[in-house]
Amino acid sequence: MDRSEIESKLNDLLVDELGIDRDAIAQDAKFEEDLDVDSLGVVELLMALEDNFGVKIPDEEAEQITTVGEAVDLVEKKLAS
Amino acid sequence: MEDRRVVITGLGTINPVGATVDATWKNLLSGTSGIGRVQRVDVSDLPSKIAGEVSDFEVTDYIPKRLARRMDRYAQFFWVAARDALADAGIAYEEDDPEAYRTGVVVGSGIGGVESFEQEIDTLFHVGPHRVSPYGIPKIIANIAGGQVSIDFNLYGPNTTAVTACAASANAIGDAGELIKRGAADVMVAGGADASITRFAMAGFAQARALSTNNDDPVGASRPFDADRDGFVMAEGGAALILEEREHALARGATVYAELVGYGMSADAYHITLPRPGGDGAARAMKAALDHARITPEDISVINAHGTSTQANDATETVAIKTVFGDRAYRVPTSSTKSMTGHLLGGAGAVEAIASVLTIRDGTIPPTINYATPDPECDLDYVPNEAREAEVRYVMSNSFGFGGHNVALIFTAA
Repeated sequence: MDRSEIESKLNDLLVDELGIDRDAIAQDAKFEEDLDVDSLGVVELLMALEDNFGVKIPDEEAEQITTVGEAVDLVEKKLAS
Repeated sequence: MEDRRVVITGLGTINPVGATVDATWKNLLSGTSGIGRVQRVDVSDLPSKIAGEVSDFEVTDYIPKRLARRMDRYAQFFWVAARDALADAGIAYEEDDPEAYRTGVVVGSGIGGVESFEQEIDTLFHVGPHRVSPYGIPKIIANIAGGQVSIDFNLYGPNTTAVTACAASANAIGDAGELIKRGAADVMVAGGADASITRFAMAGFAQARALSTNNDDPVGASRPFDADRDGFVMAEGGAALILEEREHALARGATVYAELVGYGMSADAYHITLPRPGGDGAARAMKAALDHARITPEDISVINAHGTSTQANDATETVAIKTVFGDRAYRVPTSSTKSMTGHLLGGAGAVEAIASVLTIRDGTIPPTINYATPDPECDLDYVPNEAREAEVRYVMSNSFGFGGHNVALIFTAA
């Protein structure tokens, strides 16, 4: 899966699983400030990432994610390892 | 604070007979049932396959998608009812509006988010704890409906929850009225909701032998006070009333529907699901409400009965009414709107409070439908099958819940 595929799949997850408006999604969009994803929403996002990309994301690494782009980076890294 | 009086200035409901107050009232007066075969869940192996569903409920027509998906169906129903009641009362607060600090919520729910509870337990058992939703707990708790409404409508005043089963939203209304009377708030959103057409709830109530199994005749299944009644019919939905301190309402020129004048409570202290034989508990709640309103049985024009269509409730409630009203019991029209709505559990008291308030406004009593065969144990005037016009001054609304909770409310023309 290349980066653009990850991006596209993640965007779908944000829209379908978290109910985020597609127009608001950008690589530099911050989950908390820009997308109104609260701490519960971040947990939900992690569950969606793990289930849909087949990766395991420890809490310590999850806490580092603040933007959509960083989430893509993390999934890309996990898939490569 | 002795002279603070409580009036009703807004109504909202979504329930099996209507998605609005107007539709609900029209259908209650025309004797239209909201009961049908259950569509939402698989009932093939359940004894009771009928219910009052809020059909065609597209939640995103009412609530933004992101918000709605974090709420259980029961909380969605209360949210919609509260939104409509606030709009009806002409109340909308910006953040930090000083008036909003004097406005609160009391919600009643029998079970809370039981559908979400079932889903999360299923996930826990079949997938594991790591996939239990972070929204699991906030979805199921019975107080979240009130919390969510306070968040979305900027209501900073007292906010609490009554969880007294089928008496819950009657308690919510009574408790909200008391908060206004003692000066803790000027305006309260009061009501309740349940959404218990789920496999667990339908199985559980059936095992308690409380549900009708008249599956071949859904519309005829809820038949309060009729000799052939065989249990209540599960229903879902929510209702909310805006309670307001009278001077506050008059000062802002609000439309006043009615006044809340009586709130009585008692406990059977007898059995978890059965009413105390002889109806002493129910009778004491009715008497307490009359005393609170400082009126006598002679003053009551209409009773909106709890009237669930179970053998035990309807016979016991009838005895209790006779205990309180004596010979007058036979002359007070006593109807059960549950014959049409089914039993909304924690939402029932508030739907019936709305029916009571509109009975006062219009001088028309909704009927008890499906009344065909008299039961010697139930021999009052149940307003059978046809709505009736009457001069209405005071209406009593009864609500009784598992646990032996008995509540009576009394409303009068403002």
